[in-house]
Amino acid sequence: MPIRAPATDVDSIAMPYLDHAATTPMLPEAVEAVCAALGEVGNPSSLHGSGRLARRRIEESREQLAASLGARPSEVVLTAGGTEADNLAVKGLYWARRDADQRRRRIIASSIEHHAVMDAVEWLVAHEGADVTWLPVDRTGYVDPEALREALAAAADSVALVSVMWANNEVGTVQSIAELADIAHSFGVPLHTDAVQAVGAVAVNFAACGADALTMTGHKLGGPVGSGALLLRRDVDCVPLLHGGGQERDVRSGTLDVPGAVGLALATSVAVERQPASSQRIAGLRDVLIAGVGARVSDVVVNGDPGRRLPGIAHLSFPGCEGDSLLMLLDARGVECSTGSACSAGVAQASHVLLAMGASAVDARGSLRFSLGYSSTRADVDAALDAIGPAVERARRAGIASVVP
Amino acid sequence: MKVLAAMSGGVDSAVAAARAVDAGHDVTGVHLALSAAPATLRHGARGCCTLEDANDARRAADTLDIPFYVWDLAERFRADVIDDFVAEYAAGRTPNPCLRCNEKIKFSAVLDRAVALGFDAVVTGHHARLVGGRLQRSVDAAKDQSYVLAVLTRAQLARAIFPLGDSTKAQVRAEAAARGLAVAEKPDSHDICFIADGDTQGFLERTLGAHDGPIVDATSGAVVGEHTGSFRFTVGQRRGLDLARPARSGEPRYVLSIQPATNTVVVGPAELLDTHEVHAERVVWTAGPPVQQSFDCAVQLRAHGLVSPATVSVDGANVVAQLHHPQRGIAAGQALVMYDGDLVVGSATITGTVTAAQRSDVCV
Repeated sequence: MPIRAPATDVDSIAMPYLDHAATTPMLPEAVEAVCAALGEVGNPSSLHGSGRLARRRIEESREQLAASLGARPSEVVLTAGGTEADNLAVKGLYWARRDADQRRRRIIASSIEHHAVMDAVEWLVAHEGADVTWLPVDRTGYVDPEALREALAAAADSVALVSVMWANNEVGTVQSIAELADIAHSFGVPLHTDAVQAVGAVAVNFAACGADALTMTGHKLGGPVGSGALLLRRDVDCVPLLHGGGQERDVRSGTLDVPGAVGLALATSVAVERQPASSQRIAGLRDVLIAGVGARVSDVVVNGDPGRRLPGIAHLSFPGCEGDSLLMLLDARGVECSTGSACSAGVAQASHVLLAMGASAVDARGSLRFSLGYSSTRADVDAALDAIGPAVERARRAGIASVVP
Repeated sequence: MKVLAAMSGGVDSAVAAARAVDAGHDVTGVHLALSAAPATLRHGARGCCTLEDANDARRAADTLDIPFYVWDLAERFRADVIDDFVAEYAAGRTPNPCLRCNEKIKFSAVLDRAVALGFDAVVTGHHARLVGGRLQRSVDAAKDQSYVLAVLTRAQLARAIFPLGDSTKAQVRAEAAARGLAVAEKPDSHDICFIADGDTQGFLERTLGAHDGPIVDATSGAVVGEHTGSFRFTVGQRRGLDLARPARSGEPRYVLSIQPATNTVVVGPAELLDTHEVHAERVVWTAGPPVQQSFDCAVQLRAHGLVSPATVSVDGANVVAQLHHPQRGIAAGQALVMYDGDLVVGSATITGTVTAAQRSDVCV
């Protein structure tokens, strides 16, 4: 069975890969660091020499990661990725706040959160007596800070936490996290932000933004998949999801993953260092893509907020097309993108993000997300532009077969 | 050709896709998601509608090294198959949802979309043959599915490929194993895919609610029982009638007919089930131009069994079949499929029957 050889350097990725928001290629230096660490023995909790070396790798990685994100090393809780960090933040903060004050059962979250937050909240509502206020967004996917203030004012002393993502994974809209954190704090409520898409794409500084907890992950910025972190302020109580050996401030038990931490920290460091220049270059390519699609498909709709959008995201709606059809036709041409909301079945559900932004179910289904990253080139954009016109024409003829006429 | 293989996750569709690849076609695999909220794991005898089945299809596509996608047809399936199924029962008929799915989903919604997207044909794992564009029974009589395909028009059949019609099921399984397909030993699916627990009556009761009505004996005209919904009954059914009064003769009684207008279920002795004449509408001439005059053929009146030689007369879109051998348990809503040997001549939807009961002038 032919399997594409692993990329050893960025140039070898010939396929026009425009799905970096799903996952982005590992940085070659991160691959090297992870591979080197894989060859070393040692449990960071062991007391002998091998253990001490492993522990040193972990702590150096923790310090490197903290330095990259404006956090203190003691604020870094290593996890197995963004979903775990989101669950730990939402459930852990809820339980801690509720246990301290039984009235605090309400979670305020934006209506465009990733499922890792949204479904964790829904689970707490179904099983742990939580209430939820979903904050509305405007047509661009932006949370008006005043809406948070109103929601907090309405719930007075019953709010456990606020969770608003830094940047949306589908349409790329960037929220005013510092302002939202200020408002939450003025009501004495902690704020968690899922910054999985933001780190490495926009400037993220944990101390400066004021958030009490921040989720990040490695594989969106050139690190290994399965390695992430929750940045958690020292004064914030969080009940663990995983009990065991008491690692990571007793908030996240489990033998520490040295290669994962090394790769995560190195990739984050590189991505953050390169971010200002890289974002500018990527945004330029993204704008070429959007303009080019507009020239080929006159009625394309660009979603999100041009003024506050991740540099790599172009989320486009094609009236009369099914996103599934477009994806398949582009895939057949080697152009890899996304409908924006994959689920485990591979069935495109109408995106809750687009629905929250006021799109109809039909419009929501006719959308594609192109997402660019550090390895994207002008050739990738040109390949997408070559393919998009005929694909839209054909998909339009196929119509929306799954919608009852 | 560029073809789309519909892959349920079962062994038949996997081998059909494999044979299409071998035949030199450019094959893309598609799993049809027919439920908006599929179960995670397969349970019971259904083998097409869970995430596990989607994954089985995906793994088969991996083995064949073909692209694979999931198409969400849940809304269309709900409207065209499930709602139709419920409405038919509510109207006192006994629908065949597999037939409707072939007619409206696989060879309509899916085929239309496939053609628009640049495919030339749809490949499925149905056990039937296409010879010169004409539909024929599978060589495996026990697995033959020509009955549920006979509703397709010639235009639809022209875009269909059934690679399995020349093989028995045993051969298909052996070939799957030889090809290294993990689904080689996967059990066959049975029953109705959208009724996960296999309890059709429970499904209809939840959907339609209770509708109390009388059960009437055809020979005496007397009310012999009560029912809570005529959808619980199918013509020819004997069990579960739960009649208060036994028949005078002591013989078992069967459902003879369902009368939706009065919500009456009519029961009577077996001999009154004997049907000599079947009326059907919406005829589709599968094998050639419309037939104008009456002709002799074999008719099949259920998905499995109920085959009889017959003389069929045609009046536009309606046909009447005089059965040379009386049959029992013919239900309105099922298909009447006309065969010339193995060749499917055409099909139509059964609207009514003339039974011995009617001929003997009892109150059916």
